[in-house]
Amino acid sequence: MEPILNVTGLKKTFKLSAKQQKIEKTNEKVKTAVNNLSFTAYRGEVFGLLGSNGAGKTTTLRMLATLIKPDEGDAIVDGASIVNHPELVRTKIGFLTSELKLEEFFTPNYLYDFFSELHGVPAKEAAERKQSYFERFGIDKFAEVKVGNLSTGMKQKVSLVVSLVHDPDIIIFDEPTNGLDVLTAKVVTDFLQDLKEKGKTIIVSTHIFSLIEKICDRVGMIINGRMVACDTLEAICAGKTLEERFFEIYEEKVGTIDEK
Amino acid sequence: MKNNTLTIIKKEFARFFGDKRMVFTTILMPGLMVYIMYTLMGNIMTNQFTSADNYVASGYVQNMPAELEPVLNELPVEWNDITSDEIDTIQTSLTEKEADLLVIFPENFVAELNSYDVSSGMAAPNVEIYHNSAKPESSDVNVMLTALLESYEASLSNRFDINAGQNDYDTASDQDMTGQLFAMLLPMLLMTFLFSSCISVAPESIAGEKERGTIATLLVTPMKRSSLALGKIISLSCIAMLSGLSSFIGTMLSLPSLMGSTSGLDTSYYTMKDYLLLLGVILSTVLVLVSLISIISAFAKSIKEASSTCSPLTILTIVVSLVPMMGGDMLKNLGMFFLPILNSVLCMNSIFSFQMEVTQVIVTIGMNLVYAGAMTFGLTRIFNSEKAMFSK
Ligand SMILES: Nc1ncnc2c1ncn2[C@@H]1O[C@H](COP(=O)(O)OP(=O)(O)OP(=O)(O)O)[C@@H](O)[C@H]1O
Ligand SMILES: [Mg+2]
Repeated sequence: MEPILNVTGLKKTFKLSAKQQKIEKTNEKVKTAVNNLSFTAYRGEVFGLLGSNGAGKTTTLRMLATLIKPDEGDAIVDGASIVNHPELVRTKIGFLTSELKLEEFFTPNYLYDFFSELHGVPAKEAAERKQSYFERFGIDKFAEVKVGNLSTGMKQKVSLVVSLVHDPDIIIFDEPTNGLDVLTAKVVTDFLQDLKEKGKTIIVSTHIFSLIEKICDRVGMIINGRMVACDTLEAICAGKTLEERFFEIYEEKVGTIDEK
Repeated sequence: MKNNTLTIIKKEFARFFGDKRMVFTTILMPGLMVYIMYTLMGNIMTNQFTSADNYVASGYVQNMPAELEPVLNELPVEWNDITSDEIDTIQTSLTEKEADLLVIFPENFVAELNSYDVSSGMAAPNVEIYHNSAKPESSDVNVMLTALLESYEASLSNRFDINAGQNDYDTASDQDMTGQLFAMLLPMLLMTFLFSSCISVAPESIAGEKERGTIATLLVTPMKRSSLALGKIISLSCIAMLSGLSSFIGTMLSLPSLMGSTSGLDTSYYTMKDYLLLLGVILSTVLVLVSLISIISAFAKSIKEASSTCSPLTILTIVVSLVPMMGGDMLKNLGMFFLPILNSVLCMNSIFSFQMEVTQVIVTIGMNLVYAGAMTFGLTRIFNSEKAMFSK
């Protein structure tokens, strides 16, 4: 197995404003969102980050996608360091999270071409890929409709294909099925499995056990910003369901579930 | 990744020009507003300065031709005959607004007229009319008399000239108050319109993208952040410049009615050079304003926050635009032209009041370009700053 993503000792703290302190119900001025987090993902696998709300999944993925810089630690993405060569990392990954919005004024067609251009995809290649993506997700019928007028599911599909204009080897998806109805969610998970079959490496974050069970080869559990368990799905589950194992590990690490 | 700058510019243009409402409010409106406002101002001035209906002007005439006497007597002017040695005295009293009109016909005007051969190429007999444009009554009768003589001249197949000499036939003093007033009002209005056009594009494009979460989508692409900053500044400046150009055209179109109505100024006094320099000042001012507002917008979390942070700047701009009214020799100091915004105001003021010095304009445009460049660099740094881009 060839490692393609190597995360070592990632740490991220946020300074909390007075307003944020109130929302988080804390007096501390600094929030440690991710704490000394390490894991490795191998080429061609689907790696799942599992954690409850506020565990630090999104923060971890944002660091991997070079949107934010880690306070400590580094990650090597297909040979490129997120700290030293963020621009190179961006060429290697496709990142999708609900934070990334598309300009509602433009059509899927325009946006696809625009992002292809930013990624430097040759025009012919871009056109072919666009056609196959649009057909697969049924975007072709809405290609000239402004994004603002599309349904949530269709918007999500457009976001998805736009994040993959450059056919990256590593795909990082934060909560890929969040807010989607069961049909659309299935289209997305099927697509992820197809990508895996094509040899892509996929990192997904979720708090949905069934999604992990369905598509992931290996899983990392994050609690309060720390990686508490990281192994193959079989090894972690050890004959039980993922859900049962999650609560066992949670209690073991945090004491009681009510603490938080 | 130079072409990414271009990609961003193309996208910004597609966004802007694809939206008819935006094009209308940002580009067409300012010009229209300037035009309507200035023209209205011009009309109000005209009404204020037109003379009372029953006013009889006091005119002085040398060598009044008997043939023309009945025609001239139809004007609301009481004519007094004078001799050549009185001319100086009359000109003084014109300047002092006691007399209204001084007309000098050549001796034997009619005889000369009849013997003049148009095809000879010789100078035609010349009639000189002096008036004082700072006095509305004087301007009025001047217009009437000139029109009268011109139609007479036309009927005689251009056998004489009016005011063909090199003299300054308008005896209004240089310090004419009305002209000064306009030189102060125009820059203020122009600056206000320029500022509002910049404020209508930059926060929308930069703080707006942050607010709507679309800038993060750009930031995960391999594009350099400097390409984004440059692309934004260039495209926004172009759009704001179009808007500025619209204000400029509005100003030019309304100047005749604005200036024509008031004595003392006449658009024909502005040369091509004045117009070009004014345009240069306007465009460089737009660059400064766009980059300044872009930086503020890049820090703001929302369009609303960006606009409200900019509002003290709006007030500052208006206050600075009023500085020339306070006068003072300090304003002639070249050092003043190194200060952004003030330099633009001073330049516009000096261009409108015919006191423009090319060095001042060059310093202004040069400094504005330097400021805009520095701020574009600053914007790149902000796009690179996680704190500015993603703070909650
Ligand atoms: N910009 C920020 N400023 C302050 N605190 C932040 C910021 N971003 C995240 N946090 C905090 O860091 C912690 C981890 O957040 P993160 O979004 O990574 O969690 P998550 O695992 O993705 O949770 P969820 O399932 O809710 O998406 C949370 O407590 C969150 O409040
Ligand atoms: Mg999250």
